[in-house]
Amino acid sequence: MCGIVGLFLKDKSLEGALGGMLTEMLVTMSDRGPDSAGIAVYRGADDGQVKITVQSANPATDFEGLARELGADVTIIDTHAIVSCSPDEADAIRAKIKARPQLRVTSAGDAIEIYKEVGLPGSVAERFDIPRLQGSHGIGHTRMATESAVTTLGAHPFSTGPDQCLVHNGSLSNHNSLRRKLARQGVEVETENDTEVAAAYLTWKMQQGANLGEALEAGIDDLDGFYTFVVGTKQGFGVLRDPIACKPAVLAETEQYVAFGSEYRALVNLPNIETARVWEPEPATVYFWEH
Amino acid sequence: MQTLDLAATNLRDVNAALQQAETGTNESFEVINPRGSHAIAVGLDAPIEVFVRGSTGYYCAGMNQQATVNVVGSAGPGVAENMMSGKVVIEGDASQYAGATAHGGLLVIKGNASSRCGISMKGVDIVVHGNIGHMSAFMAQAGNLVVLGDAGDALGDSLYEANIFVRGKVKSLGADCIEKEMRAEHIEILSRLLRDADAAEDADPSEFRRYGSARKLYNFDIDNAGAY
Repeated sequence: MCGIVGLFLKDKSLEGALGGMLTEMLVTMSDRGPDSAGIAVYRGADDGQVKITVQSANPATDFEGLARELGADVTIIDTHAIVSCSPDEADAIRAKIKARPQLRVTSAGDAIEIYKEVGLPGSVAERFDIPRLQGSHGIGHTRMATESAVTTLGAHPFSTGPDQCLVHNGSLSNHNSLRRKLARQGVEVETENDTEVAAAYLTWKMQQGANLGEALEAGIDDLDGFYTFVVGTKQGFGVLRDPIACKPAVLAETEQYVAFGSEYRALVNLPNIETARVWEPEPATVYFWEH
Repeated sequence: MQTLDLAATNLRDVNAALQQAETGTNESFEVINPRGSHAIAVGLDAPIEVFVRGSTGYYCAGMNQQATVNVVGSAGPGVAENMMSGKVVIEGDASQYAGATAHGGLLVIKGNASSRCGISMKGVDIVVHGNIGHMSAFMAQAGNLVVLGDAGDALGDSLYEANIFVRGKVKSLGADCIEKEMRAEHIEILSRLLRDADAAEDADPSEFRRYGSARKLYNFDIDNAGAY
């Protein structure tokens, strides 16, 4: 069991409230998974800056002097830091970050920021001041671990490509063979976690030219196990359930937003939910929305 | 009608108030602000009437006996699970495994039901005005499942003895589920259920097909003795 929430805003006037709405939705899902929680927020896509979110177990020492060493703007938020730079500096800065193994990259891209830690959704959201964040779309996850240890790096969302992220409720049974297959293609996976393999698989498909919808369609054949996935990209937001579809999912759509919840109760405080179109996504059917 | 507000009263107290209604009182209640909460109006055992004004989460009206529970909204997974008697009516849609393992009573879903509707049903009658999802009536043992719309994949897989009546299309039948002749006794059952489920004006019994067990999976076949 895990809890997933997602919010894709169509109405720009709601963007200032994105973090607040996502936090409330995720806190409602706390009893579906008390181990760890994470949130991906998409914002500032067209400000010309690349953002690399890094995490450290010892932020006081590891983030000390980081801005100077990297030659980039660094905003420290608890155990995470957002490194901002121009696109042409990004590769060099990624190399400098990689040379410091105590820093783990949780996400990179024009818009994405990922915050995740061990703990309940309420405390994780508070540590990273998530309710204050504005943005165009976001995804949250609260984890009840099954396939790998309860660690910060085992928390969702997983990001394996620029501005991409994936959260998962379920468990994959062929993640080890798929991990080996991806390794032969030169795709690196950092953790023992099954979900990270699914994220890397989708990234690999998209690198080969598939769009998000096509990558998810291919996943129906290549990913074995139980899953309800919610996926984020720079412009988009997608949902896919396995053909058995025993992991719960509810979608709601109004003229202002598309919202996802593992359960309906995650959605009850959204504006005009009473008149929203609310439905259960069909098994083995790809849903996605783009700005 | 007594009003119970889930925004002001916790779930255990609301359920305790409903469960304390005594046989013969014929009381009616409304539960407001359900907001997707789990286990609303479970374990009732008196001929009371309950209106839940909004959508519910997991296991609404589970284990019901005698009571009539109306959900004026949609219901989450496992609505009316293990119902013994009484009636549960969902005005909207129902999520997966509606009416699972239920022994008796009537479950009416006015919208669609998703996967595994009536899984392992043991005597309940279920009437769905819309469509049902895949693996519905899986291992059903007794009772009647009536669907005015379409049925998804693997309908009635590993079926024992239950009647399945579908008016629309069936995407596929599960293992050991076959179409069967509609006899007078089945028309009679169907007419009664459509009437009880407020569906008699929308559908005529002659429009339905009946599906049931081929009885090949659950009877021991002496030719298979060597396999054991």
